[in-house]
Amino acid sequence: MSFAKINDDILRTLRAPGPLWYGGVVVAISLALVGLYAFLYQARTGLGVAGYEHPILWGIYITDFVFWVGIAHSGTLISAVLFLFRARWRTAVARAAEAMTVFAVMTAGLFPIIHIGRPWFFYWLLPYPNERQLWVNFRSPLVWDVFAISTYLTVSAMFLYLGLMPDIAAARDRIKDWRQPIYKVLALGWRGTSRQWHHHAALYGFFAALATPLVISVHSVVSWDFAMAILPGWHSTIFAPYFVAGAIFSGIAMVITLLLPMRRAFKLESYITVHHFENLAKLMLTTSLIVGYAYLTEFFVAWYSGNVFEQGTFYDRMFGQYWGYSWMMFTCNVILPLLLFIKAFRTNLAALFVLSIFVNIGMWLERYVIIVSSLSHDFDPANWAGVYQPTWVEGAITVGSFGLFFTLFLLFIKNFPAVSITEMKESLEQPAGADPANS
Amino acid sequence: MAETTEILGIFDHGATAAAGARAVLDDGLGKVVAYSPVPDHALDQALHSKISPIRTVVLIGGILGCATGFLFPIYTVLDWPMITGGKPLISIPPFVVIAFELTILFAAVGGMASFLWLAGVPRMTGSGAPDERFTNDKTGISVTCRPADADAVRASLERHGAEEVKG
Repeated sequence: MSFAKINDDILRTLRAPGPLWYGGVVVAISLALVGLYAFLYQARTGLGVAGYEHPILWGIYITDFVFWVGIAHSGTLISAVLFLFRARWRTAVARAAEAMTVFAVMTAGLFPIIHIGRPWFFYWLLPYPNERQLWVNFRSPLVWDVFAISTYLTVSAMFLYLGLMPDIAAARDRIKDWRQPIYKVLALGWRGTSRQWHHHAALYGFFAALATPLVISVHSVVSWDFAMAILPGWHSTIFAPYFVAGAIFSGIAMVITLLLPMRRAFKLESYITVHHFENLAKLMLTTSLIVGYAYLTEFFVAWYSGNVFEQGTFYDRMFGQYWGYSWMMFTCNVILPLLLFIKAFRTNLAALFVLSIFVNIGMWLERYVIIVSSLSHDFDPANWAGVYQPTWVEGAITVGSFGLFFTLFLLFIKNFPAVSITEMKESLEQPAGADPANS
Repeated sequence: MAETTEILGIFDHGATAAAGARAVLDDGLGKVVAYSPVPDHALDQALHSKISPIRTVVLIGGILGCATGFLFPIYTVLDWPMITGGKPLISIPPFVVIAFELTILFAAVGGMASFLWLAGVPRMTGSGAPDERFTNDKTGISVTCRPADADAVRASLERHGAEEVKG
């Protein structure tokens, strides 16, 4: 392994794509267009085309929102938290995870806008001097969300770009096709002088240090959208840590889902090794255990509190009309990940890929269960008759969000180095005998 | 301004390049700019003794963000006083969330802006480093010196292991 080989191997992934990539992009864009169509239909017709039924006035859109924000979290965990802990194995997977973070937050940010009745007035969420002379209510968790999500998007995008800048410069000096002028602009004239690196390293450390508390705060704020309400099943002090652990759990599952095919397609087996996936699997197992513990704690608190409404909600969650979703959620998030205790399972990539998809499904269902089953079982028994049945519009928009996310991710990995060239080279400069891919 | 010439030494390793750069500086032969594909500790130590001032900008950004996060919501509730949820107008706990997020936002934006300024980017005129290998696998030492010293610089760079000297 040498600097030149790393440069060649990683920039090779930017060469003209094959039919597989084009096929993937066509499918992803088609799905995104289906979602766009459904959204335009809803904007034209009104929010009635979604399956909202009193008292269930939050549904799939908010589920999607929480799901995508959660997906984002593992990227920051890998790029910032593991950087601070000097976990060197992160090098190979950090870039793809960071890019995933940015695209997932972008996707998530659309859902509050889709969910509001008049999406063209979304800017009313922002505090600005307006002709109505009104300000937003800073005591509302929904306004906290606006600040948390926009800060998260800004900081994670800058973090990604900072790491990417020297790599874009490497691409600029190597790729001689129509993209070169674009790389030239995006590299901002990066020259790799020792002065630039001096400040680059300083800022990178600060970004990692700032992103770490940020990532914990963002999903805590998202959890308070629920926990600040008095609804049984939502009003709980464990929600913030429970949501953060769940976010990292689902995010790592998504990293595995995305990286396995990418590694195969780009022939990056010598960079992203089984060892990396095993480490990701261990993180997934840890967070799965935390999430499982949180599920059980919720039930314990409901029982121990002696509060009949709380008990009723949790009984309904397991045995009421949404029982199927709850049990599937338990199976996917708590029971199946226990297989990760077995080393042979952790190092079996096909098995890991299948499990990661189950976890993705399970974590989506978790948010669905929390939102819909709690809303459907509030304090007033007269409300319990309401049944939320998602419509095709909500389904199409959800599918469209996956389309958008995969479109962005596919465009990124073919046009920018999906593994950090700089950090890979840096990891070569370890004591003799240390293989960077396995360190 | 005195006439100057530029000599470019190309090295295989950052450590040897750092020794070369140090020698040129110690002999007072000229000004040195180093190019490398990765951040290099040896070069950093040889050429930059000062701690990056980014830390100060990040701190100032964080303090400004925190102050804004408290003062702005307080201003808005006083500008249009409206009680919601029976809570005091100036309710500090919820404003902590805003202050927390803005602390991080302002610190990060401040850090990024100061980085761009200090690193001299964006730099739209001209392309990157003087040799394309510097983003690939080579380290470069560019010395700006008086023409009279050019030979001494070339000799110094070669003595310290430059595999190629241009200019």
